[in-house]
Amino acid sequence: MAKAKITFDDIGQTVNVPAGTRVIEVSEKVGAGIIYGCREGDCGTCMMHVVAGWNNLTQPSVLEEKVLKENMAGRHDRLACQAQILGDCRVKPA
Amino acid sequence: MSGEIDVSSHRRAVEVADQVYWIGALDPTLRVFDIILTTANGTTYNSYLVKGSEGVAVIDTVKENFADEFFSRLESAIDYSEIKVIVLNHLEPDHSGALPELMRRAPHARLYISKRATSMLKALLHASDDLEYTTVTTGDSVSLGDRSLRFLHTPFLHWPDTQCTYLEDEAILFSGDVFGCHYCDKRLFNDLVGDFRFSFDYYYAHIMRPFKKHVLEALKLIEPLQLRLIAPTHGPILRERPRRYVTHYRELSTSALARGIGSEDQSMIIFYMSSYGNTARMAEEISEGAGSVPGVRVSLFDLQGGETSPFVDLIEEADALLFGSPTINGDAVKPVWDLLSSLAVVNLKGKLGGAFGSFGWSGEAVRMIEDRMRGLKMHIPRQGLRVKLIPTEEELKDCRQFGQEIAEALVGKASDSDIVEFADLI
Repeated sequence: MAKAKITFDDIGQTVNVPAGTRVIEVSEKVGAGIIYGCREGDCGTCMMHVVAGWNNLTQPSVLEEKVLKENMAGRHDRLACQAQILGDCRVKPA
Repeated sequence: MSGEIDVSSHRRAVEVADQVYWIGALDPTLRVFDIILTTANGTTYNSYLVKGSEGVAVIDTVKENFADEFFSRLESAIDYSEIKVIVLNHLEPDHSGALPELMRRAPHARLYISKRATSMLKALLHASDDLEYTTVTTGDSVSLGDRSLRFLHTPFLHWPDTQCTYLEDEAILFSGDVFGCHYCDKRLFNDLVGDFRFSFDYYYAHIMRPFKKHVLEALKLIEPLQLRLIAPTHGPILRERPRRYVTHYRELSTSALARGIGSEDQSMIIFYMSSYGNTARMAEEISEGAGSVPGVRVSLFDLQGGETSPFVDLIEEADALLFGSPTINGDAVKPVWDLLSSLAVVNLKGKLGGAFGSFGWSGEAVRMIEDRMRGLKMHIPRQGLRVKLIPTEEELKDCRQFGQEIAEALVGKASDSDIVEFADLI
């Protein structure tokens, strides 16, 4: 299976993951500072900033776009409970 | 001021300032509000009406069951056709309950809400596609002809949507739930009602306290205002020395630790319970290890020797929290859960957490505590430490290391950046 590297900038930790893994599955296990609320793409609590590799995450769904907009997300912000890792990227809490 | 005000004896509007009226409702028999709050003498749902040369503004409404009283008071002062502006500072049902009917009766009115309120409006009223509204933020204002209302964006006091509205010419702040309390008194004004200090502080402690950071942000907007009167949505109208309530909010929202000690240190608190002294031993070593990191002040508490409430106060101001529990019958012990289930009134988001404990044969407590801390939006920089029965010298060394590593994470010392395999994390 294809692999990808995700780096959590706030703790300086990189993890080698199978492509398709959601950020939520990794970040808590390594103790990164992204905080979760509903865990189902509704509350916006887990907003993260994608520092590099924006195109290496799955495209946000229409629903994620809506929640991002409602929570006044900045450019290159995503929900960590929704975004799946396809290639190398770097993220940090928004 | 007259001491003869009795708003329970009539259903008319009550003038609180020049061409500004209270048109709210009394709910003296309420004893439990929103499940979480008790009130010894009910509450009020305060709504206000501002008359201008080119129209009238209604600021906030009341809980649906109290709509009749609200409409009667409103009708005593104006005709519905005069209403040009409806402001909702906060969309919780006790303030938006009469909104749909008010919009229906006031055909010329436009609704002004914060941007964050739009999704709540839809979820609460379901018919919002038909509602005309304008979203506003700090700096926006709406004119009533000879006077105007200015908006202050004050989110999370205590919902994401909350805002305040300021009437410039009279220096009146319509503050929503901020500066409010559940206290019902027919004399309405703070200089006439009974002693409501307890109710005011209790309301702050349960409603605003989890959002202290946002209170401080809001105060930056409120403190520079000239204030003749504060008109909250619950409890007495604050016309006598309104400024002191603003000052009180700042005191309540400022860290007592920083004020008391003036220290820049990061604070780590270690709570533990121990049945045979093994978890206690671990706690002491973890404390040693953490305390060796400059800039970290460590406090160690045996849960057996304290009560929940003061511990909650300590937790609120700590930067890192460690819990130690033995595992008994596959669970962490009750005093640990008692404390971990009493933290809804404080904001723990982003604080560092850690768990540890000695166990006899299974040792589930540590993972369970970690899960609870994650649920409280804390983050766990190091996997919890478990020791089977009596810790060896080697294990005590691990404890010191564990404490030291969490303390280092607390002062921002970067951890190793080696690449780890996802499979190793599971």
